Amino acid sequence: MEKVRRKPRLKSGHWFVILALAPIIILYAVLRFIPIVQTMYISFFEWDLISAHKPFVWLDNFKELFSSDTFIQSIRNTSLIAFGVLIFSVPFAVIIAAMLDRGVRFKSWFESLYFLPYIMPMVPVAVAWRWILDSNHGLLNYFLSFFGVPAQAWLIDTNLAIFSVVMLTVWKMVGYNMIIFLVGMKGISKENYEAASIDGATGIKAFWHITLPLLKPITVFVSTVTLIQGYNVFSQVYILASDIQGAPGHLVRVLVYDMIESGFRFYKMGYAAAEAVILFLIVLVLTALQLMLLRDKKTSRKGMKR
Amino acid sequence: MKRKQKLTNALVFTVLLIGALIMIIPFLWMISTAFKSVNELNTWPPSFIPKHFNFDNFTKVFQAAPFHLYFLNSVKMAVLSSLAIVFTSLISGYIFAKYRYFGLAFLFAVILATAIVPFEIYMIPLYLEMQKLDLLNKFGGLVLPYLVLSFGIFFIRQNVVQQIPDEVMEAARIDGLSDWGIFFKIVIPLMIGPMSALGIFAFIEAWNAFTWPLLVVGDQSKFTMELGLAVFQSSFTVDMTMISAASLISIIPILAVYLLLRRHIIESISMTGGK
Repeated sequence: MEKVRRKPRLKSGHWFVILALAPIIILYAVLRFIPIVQTMYISFFEWDLISAHKPFVWLDNFKELFSSDTFIQSIRNTSLIAFGVLIFSVPFAVIIAAMLDRGVRFKSWFESLYFLPYIMPMVPVAVAWRWILDSNHGLLNYFLSFFGVPAQAWLIDTNLAIFSVVMLTVWKMVGYNMIIFLVGMKGISKENYEAASIDGATGIKAFWHITLPLLKPITVFVSTVTLIQGYNVFSQVYILASDIQGAPGHLVRVLVYDMIESGFRFYKMGYAAAEAVILFLIVLVLTALQLMLLRDKKTSRKGMKR
Repeated sequence: MKRKQKLTNALVFTVLLIGALIMIIPFLWMISTAFKSVNELNTWPPSFIPKHFNFDNFTKVFQAAPFHLYFLNSVKMAVLSSLAIVFTSLISGYIFAKYRYFGLAFLFAVILATAIVPFEIYMIPLYLEMQKLDLLNKFGGLVLPYLVLSFGIFFIRQNVVQQIPDEVMEAARIDGLSDWGIFFKIVIPLMIGPMSALGIFAFIEAWNAFTWPLLVVGDQSKFTMELGLAVFQSSFTVDMTMISAASLISIIPILAVYLLLRRHIIESISMTGGK
């Protein structure tokens, strides 16, 4: 923290801070602090949104959750998607960033193109993907037919549908991860590579022994962000798999979908809040893991450009 | 050695090019489909460039659903959210950077801590609050959660710390400026760059919002572009050419902003990793 020395006219300074900050803090309290705490509070009650009767049920909602097949199914699907996105998007992002970082013609064009999907709204791009994945007229099946692959029912088969969600999400996330890796790579000083090239480590060897280890904090950060976003997956599933979302088997049901349905279709507010608490716990565990992994490698962070 | 270098360069370029193609194919396909006629839609093999450019889809879309209203609602929401986030972040980010009163560090830590909590976790209580305030199905309820942004406060604080030295403020104070005067006459002019970066970021975030509009808005005339498109594409009476035309309309504002300001956007978003 920067040291700030100011003492004159304490009174007017106080008034400035109070008057300027109070409305914002009130907004924050109403829009963030209170709802976050309330999620936990509501999860201990059984409540249908309308009736005044609102019994305190302690942990019953959580017990009900873990005996519900649809909840277990949605946790399973969400985890598959989150980790699926992780194992594809992070390595792809590192490789793309490394290729851009070594210098290539039209570098900034490539950067812009890879980043494009990340800032685009999810609904239209998911709609476009849905059309690409269409089993009868889809571009993907057309492309695969050149390799002798028979037409696949991408959005109808459970496993393929989950894979499709992963594909779309990787496509959308990889640009963000790439940018963060690029920032990290710019921060690695040239001296490291010069020293290594004397020992004969260049190219892929240098990448493996110098770049990757120095990027560890960034990799941890990017992986955590990717996993957290993966666990919050919703819009793309809503669009891609809306045909099968409500199907009896709840094929590609994900956590947030299950939460919204419990809350706003079946009016089980306490139950839905309990699902939100589970999601919160997942996020907390992931964040704690990130902090733990970063703590022992603090030194390698100093090269990062802010 | 030199030949090998050249070969590697060519290989890297090719791989990057293929990757870039994969990145834009969905957009190209969306554009292509938006200009097709229904007959051409189902031809096999699919045609990449429409044989006859059909502009009708873009007029038919507005007759099929009130997309002009959706568009207007999205613009209203994104502009208001952007302005509010710039304002709230600016003033609080500045205070957290330059004032050391009791409790401020704690407040800042709490705000940073809430930044890691995804929206989906507290959206149910937020919905209940809006219900109590009678803001459901109203523009106010739609936009309210988008008036503050933890990242914005962090971003402005960081910029103030880096760009406005204490000496500048001391000098202004000696010149007789009050705290308000310093904020309006010194801080705001120096923060125009970060403010616009944050404003663009917030605009994109609000334009892309989907889950919250889905929860709070029920009345078609109050739909945002995202919600309107999601409902539109699920209807059985419209075909893919019209859906693609509507999709294209919904990404045009973001695409325009991106084409104009992509360097700034990429830079400010890469700051999110600088935490």
